[in-house]
Amino acid sequence: MPDLPDYHWPPMGKRRVMGKPMNRLDGIAKSTGAAKYSSDRKPEGMLYGALLTSPHAHAKVTSIDTSAAEKLSGVEAVRVVAKAGTEIQWAGAEVAFVAARTEEIAEDALRLIKVDYEVLPHLVNEEDLSKVGSRGRAVGEQVTGDPDKAFKEADAVSEGHYGIPVLTHCCLESHGQTIAVKGDHVEYYPSTQNVYGIATDIGRALNIPVSNVHVNMDYMGGGFGSKFPADVWGVEAAKMSQSSGKPVRLFLDRATELTMAGNRPSVFANVKVAAKRDGTITSWQSQTWSTGGIGGGNLNAGLFPYVFTKVPNRRINHTSVSINAGGARAWRAPNHPQVCFVTCSALEDLAAKLNMDPLEMFLKNLDYTSRADLYKFQFAKAAELMEWKKNWHPRGDSGSGSVKRGLGLALGTWGGAGHASTCKTTIHPDASVEVELATQDLGTGSRTMVAMIAAETFGLPVSAIKVKIGDNSYPNSGGSGGSTTSGGISSSTRKSTVNALQKLFEVVAQSLNVPADQLEAVDGRIRVKGNPDKGMSFQQAAQKLGVNSISEMGENNPRNAPKEGLNTGGTGGVQMADVSVDIDTGIVKMNRMVAVQDCGLVVNPKTAESQVFGACIMSVCGALYEERIMDQQIGRVLNPDMEFYKLAGIGDVGEIIVHMDIREENDSRGVIGLGEPCAIGGLAAIANAVANAIGVRVPRVPLTPARVLAALERRTA
Amino acid sequence: MQPFEYANPSTLQEALALLGSRWGEADVLAGGTDQISLMKEFLHTPKRVVNIKGIKELGGIHHSSQGLRIGATVTFDELASNQAAHSEYPSLVQAVMGISSPQMRNMGTVGGDLCQRPRCWYFRRGFGLLAMQNGKSLVPSGDNRYHAIFGGGPAYFVSPSSLGPALVSLGAKVKLVSASGSRTVAVEKFFVAPQNESSRETALLPNEILTEIEIPLARGIKNATYEVRQKEALDWPLAAASVALSMKGNVVSKSWVVLGHVAPTPWPATAASQALDGNPLNDETIAKAAEAAVAGAQPLSENGYKVQLTRVAVKRALLEASAKA
Repeated sequence: MPDLPDYHWPPMGKRRVMGKPMNRLDGIAKSTGAAKYSSDRKPEGMLYGALLTSPHAHAKVTSIDTSAAEKLSGVEAVRVVAKAGTEIQWAGAEVAFVAARTEEIAEDALRLIKVDYEVLPHLVNEEDLSKVGSRGRAVGEQVTGDPDKAFKEADAVSEGHYGIPVLTHCCLESHGQTIAVKGDHVEYYPSTQNVYGIATDIGRALNIPVSNVHVNMDYMGGGFGSKFPADVWGVEAAKMSQSSGKPVRLFLDRATELTMAGNRPSVFANVKVAAKRDGTITSWQSQTWSTGGIGGGNLNAGLFPYVFTKVPNRRINHTSVSINAGGARAWRAPNHPQVCFVTCSALEDLAAKLNMDPLEMFLKNLDYTSRADLYKFQFAKAAELMEWKKNWHPRGDSGSGSVKRGLGLALGTWGGAGHASTCKTTIHPDASVEVELATQDLGTGSRTMVAMIAAETFGLPVSAIKVKIGDNSYPNSGGSGGSTTSGGISSSTRKSTVNALQKLFEVVAQSLNVPADQLEAVDGRIRVKGNPDKGMSFQQAAQKLGVNSISEMGENNPRNAPKEGLNTGGTGGVQMADVSVDIDTGIVKMNRMVAVQDCGLVVNPKTAESQVFGACIMSVCGALYEERIMDQQIGRVLNPDMEFYKLAGIGDVGEIIVHMDIREENDSRGVIGLGEPCAIGGLAAIANAVANAIGVRVPRVPLTPARVLAALERRTA
Repeated sequence: MQPFEYANPSTLQEALALLGSRWGEADVLAGGTDQISLMKEFLHTPKRVVNIKGIKELGGIHHSSQGLRIGATVTFDELASNQAAHSEYPSLVQAVMGISSPQMRNMGTVGGDLCQRPRCWYFRRGFGLLAMQNGKSLVPSGDNRYHAIFGGGPAYFVSPSSLGPALVSLGAKVKLVSASGSRTVAVEKFFVAPQNESSRETALLPNEILTEIEIPLARGIKNATYEVRQKEALDWPLAAASVALSMKGNVVSKSWVVLGHVAPTPWPATAASQALDGNPLNDETIAKAAEAAVAGAQPLSENGYKVQLTRVAVKRALLEASAKA
């Protein structure tokens, strides 16, 4: 059996393409509008789908009459999903769907559907745990060590309440699809993070083989964890296309998108944390509760105290609260931003109680983390970029004047090992190179990454590589969840391209009369190692294939990946924030954020930095503006819009400094996903910076003027 | 959106003939930044929509010895770019620039700013101006973080108008024209706090068009607007104040202080004016005026913070006005 080719990444110093900042290949297409998203697809004869949702948070459908809608001219399909007797569990839940020749007719048809409800009692707010009654479910206590004894013996104990509300994903491109069912064949254009896997939902719903469902999505406008399944609207659009024989386009409108297409669970917490005089944490106790909607809010409370998980004495309790609201979905680092916010806030409060610089305190306790050396390095780097020593002051000691400046910090961790991925590389006799895999580019730069890796392997320019993704007829690659994509696709691409190159070497070896393992591909040439003049151009090499092409697969199997070393999991990053707070108005302005982030081997520093910029902006939104607001009286979301569901604009984000932690020791661990780890600590860092600026903790984010002023009032009271 | 007849008249008389005698018959369309969303949400379901952007006489800004006349279809951007507005009515320009979206400033009109409907989230969800459910307002026991702290109900929404407070403080009037004639109404009287669900929040009648705004000459009157907004990006003010000061040396001879986004109408803070009149404009007087401005506030469960923001708006508007030579 021949030896396996050497798949290892080229050594850090010898890479020609990887590791060099590169513009994303589709940047121009995206910014000029040339890129066609699934929501831009308008096949001939297409119908517009629309959905009717429940206005009640909890109700039983007693009758539903669609006859008037069906009779409306231009309506081609009407489907009821909440038949009489169905119990509706949130306002915004799907009741019926229509498809019509125009969007307007579809909307008119919805208004003709008559639904009678028996309205039932509801609960839509979870912040006050004393009011949730039987809707709260304690998930059991976890105790390690002897927290009570440790609290008694501690030099300082800090107690605090912290809260972070439900957020929604706010994808710029809403959830939905255009879908055409013809006989037993489906052309499916979804907006999805799961190009390969999503076909299964449609195949199952229509009872046809999944291989007959062709998924195509070249570009997508944001998912953040909320776009894996086909969803009810996908299945119903498929069924309406099947019954009408026409393509159906159905994308959620903004209100529906914010109400029913997923959310990030809230977390409210009562925390007690203790330390020795020197800042060593000795004990942690947290009682938390949360909701993600009707399914409750199962927080992974075992993550407390976040990153410092080896604190010896811990008592952790959590209550999951079910409310009548749409269900949670993964949201960029599920659990982590909330647990990070609660932990880092409590630790900053403890540091303030000890009159300690929180940076010093975090450093003091790094042995409680699993990556002490990494964090030590990153905090030093971040402190340098933030000029922490010069700019930090003890809590509240920010001088006279009504604008107070403060600094805060936080840290995060994530897995991010590569998912299962297969890739096919073809070298044609005309020397064109195609790389195919059924992955998706969520906007993070996957397409560019694949091209760069292939270019590196073949010694070709990036422009010589044709990348084909976003189509499930290509080899299987996993859904983009858990920051697993970069690790998965980089590894499968590497292996596939190396395998293809190996085949090309075998052909070239014969004509040069050297062993194949003596060849290398450099600067557009296949040549003999150590004898660069002996060789031929890549073009000439490919011509030797005659009429045949080379097609080789490559696979990343997560089980073998740790041995192979192309990708791995386990990242760390730290964030620091510099804010100014006007204590007359309670308005917080971002001055600067610093993020230092490790993600192993960085294939494209430019798109990696972009990922972190985006994460910092999301952190500003979550810290200062975003929250889903529910009204208990009407059981509905009050702000399912871009007017009062507030997001930062460009003038609100301040300066963002990103430092990718690219070092030999990180690089040697292989590629690690980046999407989630950088989106964790920013919010906590901002909240801590505000506490530092104004001298008092604002317990609940977002840090609105109302909450900041209320906290200031409590300070002076 | 409900189907409607669309009319595109080129003269005011044609437009007036197309209006109805009751709300719901015809709506006037200018910039459309609010009208279109009202229609899409079925909050307005007019049988006819009358576009007035093509009517020349409703445009233009004229500066004369009488003051400033601003046509109803003048856009925010046109107003903000007007030299006379800049030099004499900075208060107006500051209010316009508070609409921190170039798209809104390019499309939105000054007439539309006065006639737009409230942003109250209960109103926008279909519960009416008074936000009633089962005979009771949803606001006092609901989420009222953005609602009124003055007026005491039954209407709790806040007037969304950006220009209203400044126009009231400058003693401006609006011209309301119907097929049978025209009337001139002080902007202060144009805004009305509705007492029941069937009344509107302005004096405009269904058969009338707001054709122009007239602002008296502001010679020597210092004026300024200060809005407290959380975001730099487009965001509604949480509180605002417009001030106009007639000065003798450093002494305020007569003042007008009008609050915005804290009541169903632009809210004249007469107590604040009284605290200023006859007194030198200094930190002490300004602090007294700011305190007087909120003396009658009746905050709801979630909007007590707006009392403080109102104080700040008054104080900063006065400081801004006094800084101008």
